[in-house]
Amino acid sequence: MSMRAPLLRILGAAVAAAVIVVILSIKLNAFRDYQIAEIAVYVIAIAGLTVLTGLSGQISLGNGAFMAIGAYITALMLAHLGWPFVAVLVVAGLASAATGAIVGVAAARLRGPYLAGVTLMLGVALPFLAYVYPSTLGGDQGLNVVYTQPAFLGANFPLTRWQAWISSAVALVVLVLLANLGRSRVGRNWRAVRDDEVAAALAGINVAQARVLAFVVSAACAGLAGALLAIITALVAPGAFTITLSIALLTGAVIGGLGTLMGAIWGSLVIVLVPTYATDVATSHGLSTAVASNIPVAAYGVVLILVMLIFPQGIQGGVLLLLRLLGISAARPSHEASRADAMPSAGEAPARPHEKEGTQ
Amino acid sequence: MVEFLQFTLSGISFGMIYAAIALSLVLIWRGTRLLNFAQGGMAMFTTYIGIEVIYHTGSYWAGFVCALAAGVVLGTVAQLAVIRPAQGKPELNAVIITIGLLVLLEGLAGIFYGGQFRSFPAAFSVTGLHVGSTALGISRFDVFVAAAVLVTTLLLAVGFRYTTAGLRMRAAAFNATVARLSGIRVARVITVGWALAGLLGALAGVLVSPSTFLYPNSMDTIFVFGFTAAVIGGLDSPLGAVIGGLLLGVALSYAGGYLGSQVTALVALGILVVVLMIRPAGIFSGAQVRQV
Repeated sequence: MSMRAPLLRILGAAVAAAVIVVILSIKLNAFRDYQIAEIAVYVIAIAGLTVLTGLSGQISLGNGAFMAIGAYITALMLAHLGWPFVAVLVVAGLASAATGAIVGVAAARLRGPYLAGVTLMLGVALPFLAYVYPSTLGGDQGLNVVYTQPAFLGANFPLTRWQAWISSAVALVVLVLLANLGRSRVGRNWRAVRDDEVAAALAGINVAQARVLAFVVSAACAGLAGALLAIITALVAPGAFTITLSIALLTGAVIGGLGTLMGAIWGSLVIVLVPTYATDVATSHGLSTAVASNIPVAAYGVVLILVMLIFPQGIQGGVLLLLRLLGISAARPSHEASRADAMPSAGEAPARPHEKEGTQ
Repeated sequence: MVEFLQFTLSGISFGMIYAAIALSLVLIWRGTRLLNFAQGGMAMFTTYIGIEVIYHTGSYWAGFVCALAAGVVLGTVAQLAVIRPAQGKPELNAVIITIGLLVLLEGLAGIFYGGQFRSFPAAFSVTGLHVGSTALGISRFDVFVAAAVLVTTLLLAVGFRYTTAGLRMRAAAFNATVARLSGIRVARVITVGWALAGLLGALAGVLVSPSTFLYPNSMDTIFVFGFTAAVIGGLDSPLGAVIGGLLLGVALSYAGGYLGSQVTALVALGILVVVLMIRPAGIFSGAQVRQV
């Protein structure tokens, strides 16, 4: 599902993925169903971030804040209005998108580390609103979220399976929409702005508008992810939206393969599965609690470092490289994953000008 | 009025710690255009080393010196082992590597030292100072904190200005290619920059831990505010880092004192947004030339 794949292939891949999720969710136990839902939530949030950072070239260390907005709106609407969940999802996405527009306008002049600084502080500061308005937002304890499976599935249908289904369904819709957006004029404008702002402006692209729009799309995705996270964890509290979450999103996007939607999926799998797997290994060897609970943390750090050193283009870059080495012709490298190879033949400048400014 | 004085003085004391972290980030940023997210984690880890030495020797100063030395070693090793191999790869890779290093250090601290909060001794009395009968809101130790960071900063400034090694570092930061052509070993200079950043981070860790307790995530907030201070001041300016740290420290002290601790992060966000609206590359940024 690269950004360049034609529409039919994208839809085909989405249907295949949906079938796999349904089969897995029925075969696996409730905990694994919960993990599927969790992975789907991360896929949505990371896909939005990979569009922002990978395609439009703007870094965000604060997308966890947009997730918090989506989650709190979901908790409040389900508790006070009793709307159907789909309507709540739409409102959560729209509210986050509106916030994204404000942040995007404020961020339009900022570059590299300065943008990183503002978004990081946004991610740190926004959850504190819950402490400032404890009567509405529940303070440190947070808000409980009551959401059960729809009646037509029957009372015996496992809630976790329904959560896995609805999260995966939203994830697939988001991926299909983003894949199309990436191939459209909007996506081409983002790439042009990312590669050379001045050239993009000279070509008639409204640079500021393109940059703000990328923030809106990214925030909308994060808002949807937050809304789903609220129903699968049944609790919305500031502790869930710390700087760790925002950093995990960026980490997932980059180690998966920045700018590619497949990369968002790889990144989500790593974020959710590596710590769980390492915990299983550590506890099965009968280590003390302090050691067993921290080995996954340390192992995760090592994985991050090694992936970045061994696969500079992320896991998706590594997969494409592997497929090419095996001579599978279908694995025509996408523009994003093989930028370094494509550049000389495309006659582009050897270095993007803003590379000197650091983490754009 | 007395309250205002107390908030100002304690703000300066905390601001100097933010300044130390900000300065360490500036050192690395000027050398390699890289944000080191592991800076707080490195400081946390070296502080644990310091506390272990204090525990076994009973001497605060032995622990103090060991923590700073560990900071130099950790900075050097980190740069050589994981940052240098990432050169020439996409620039976000190095950022993610520093995040990986942060996570690794927090995990290792948990494995070796456990997750519980540990108190860290202070070098001097932490009882409040008085002028006549007026409490100043700060202790002898707070004065030591401000003085220690100030002296270290001045030593660094003098070193950069008047020594050959300092000249090499400034040249490498100013233009790496030209510096390399003039015979400066830029790679080595960058490693030295990391070592100095490790030292500053370790200093900040030892100085802040008596007031925050020590646990694997204890430096996260300090790092965020240090980073914010560096961004406010301008990441290319060491002076900006110190001023940014002081401004933020005092502002957050007023916010926490008058409005309550739950608003400090929101106030920091507000200050950051306002400053960057006016100066998009920090207060002390020079004229920006964007290459086409």
